[in-house]
Amino acid sequence: MKKNNFISTILCSLLYIATFFSVIVMIFIIAHIFIKGLPYIDKNLFALEYTSENVSVIPALLNTLCITLLTLLITVPSGIFAAIYLTEYANSNNKFVKFIRITTQTLTGIPSIIYGLFGMLFFVTFLKWGYSLISGTLTLCIIILPVIIRTTEEALFAVPDIYREASFGLGAGKLRTIFKVILPCAVPGILSGVILSTGRIIGETAALIYTAGTVANIPSNIFASGRTLSVHMYILSSEGLHINKAYSTAVILLVIVFGINALSSLLAKKVTFTK
Amino acid sequence: MKTVLYKEKAAECFFFLSACISIFAVALICIFLFTNGLPAMKEIGFIDFLSGKKWKPGMDTFGIYPMILGSIYVTAGAIIIGVPAGVLTAIFLTKFCPPRLCKIFKTIIDLMAGVPSVVYGFWGMVVLVPFVKNTFGGNGNCILTASILLGIMILPTIISVSEASLQAVPKTYYEGALALGATKEQSVFFVVLPAAKSGITAGIILGIGRAIGETMAVVMVAGNQARMPNGILRGIRTLTANIVIEMGYAADLHRGALIATGVVLFIFIMVINLLFSILKSKRNI
Repeated sequence: MKKNNFISTILCSLLYIATFFSVIVMIFIIAHIFIKGLPYIDKNLFALEYTSENVSVIPALLNTLCITLLTLLITVPSGIFAAIYLTEYANSNNKFVKFIRITTQTLTGIPSIIYGLFGMLFFVTFLKWGYSLISGTLTLCIIILPVIIRTTEEALFAVPDIYREASFGLGAGKLRTIFKVILPCAVPGILSGVILSTGRIIGETAALIYTAGTVANIPSNIFASGRTLSVHMYILSSEGLHINKAYSTAVILLVIVFGINALSSLLAKKVTFTK
Repeated sequence: MKTVLYKEKAAECFFFLSACISIFAVALICIFLFTNGLPAMKEIGFIDFLSGKKWKPGMDTFGIYPMILGSIYVTAGAIIIGVPAGVLTAIFLTKFCPPRLCKIFKTIIDLMAGVPSVVYGFWGMVVLVPFVKNTFGGNGNCILTASILLGIMILPTIISVSEASLQAVPKTYYEGALALGATKEQSVFFVVLPAAKSGITAGIILGIGRAIGETMAVVMVAGNQARMPNGILRGIRTLTANIVIEMGYAADLHRGALIATGVVLFIFIMVINLLFSILKSKRNI
């Protein structure tokens, strides 16, 4: 009996130590960046013009916004359509559907630097678009496509079959059933996927350095190069000249990411309420 | 009536084409990586490229063996640090944590999963590197620092996957063990944990995939010297770092060699993914 107690105490203390370690490290990272970064958030950081003395985040923020919107605009519809095909039309035991599932899964696992390499080879070199927002955007599109497809699929699966049957019973065609009945029910789930991918786009660095490039100014059109906030952050910290600014940029990045996170958990709550 | 039918068919066709995009994307990625990487690999020689111990682009010597080892070492280090901490945290959260605290911890873990890798890298650069330098010596940019940082970065993945698989274990297992006279800790560690084994392994493999593929954070703390690793307090370069650091100015064979590095990394990841999906399908049966 004593031996039992001894083992249990050791195991229990191991649990406490591990959890303490994980949580403390996480809190420490966030707290460190906020404490060091908040004092340096001032008017200069948000100047419209980027100069080497005043590394403003505004051009990078605008680029991030532009790339995010473009990427979502391209990927969300095609991802939703793909998910519709997979759930509503295809037979799930079909070999072809399985093949599509395998490829989407493959896309999920590929590290972003490989996407960056591909984007550089295809969009930048092969299509001769050079380092440009459009090359970066299309590279990101491939990255988030599997996320959108998977979350939409899940959302569509969750819509009960009675809805479909009722709609068919009332004489609606398949297309009408999908757009008027099923999709509206699946909107919260799809939105949470969109938000998830927005977070991914904003945090992406490795895939953008050699596709969208690192020019620090506001680009004149989508065929010009521009850095996003994450790339900006990487360059600031690797140059090492503006460490304080790097801290404050990190704070801005974190605030954006946390905001997105909050939004998605708010949505998740809504989903569970309606169920 | 006919126009409606026509419309339905057209829409189905359109949806089908959208579904094909991902196949198209994977095919394009493979084609472009392999057609650009393989010729360079051939020119250097497959064996020389994979087992060459020297990477000297100036002298046209391209051996990525140090980088392969670098990736493996750093990943192994991340696993040694991240897996025990992650799995134990997951156990604590599912079985021992008061519900209110659990909610807070989960929020924090969710937040950490979304933090961009540059931010982790930056934190590693300003906090971890000086810390390792002062405690263990060396210049701080080394295997150890990269391992610790990657270990922290894969924590959220490991915690959430392990937690899900622990939660999937039927409650009767746990209650049965308790009824047989085992303590709470014993029933969790010797009954519930083994039952969740395959799910946790899948989580670990997912973590390995993330650690091998991680680029920016590693570049910022690992030192990036392209030489054989000797000691955990010495700098190292991983496969991913090799691509990101030199791609900007590489040309001709050098460029080809970097793309070939990407091909090797791609194959690594494919093998890991395959393992992951095998494990996942096993769990479903």
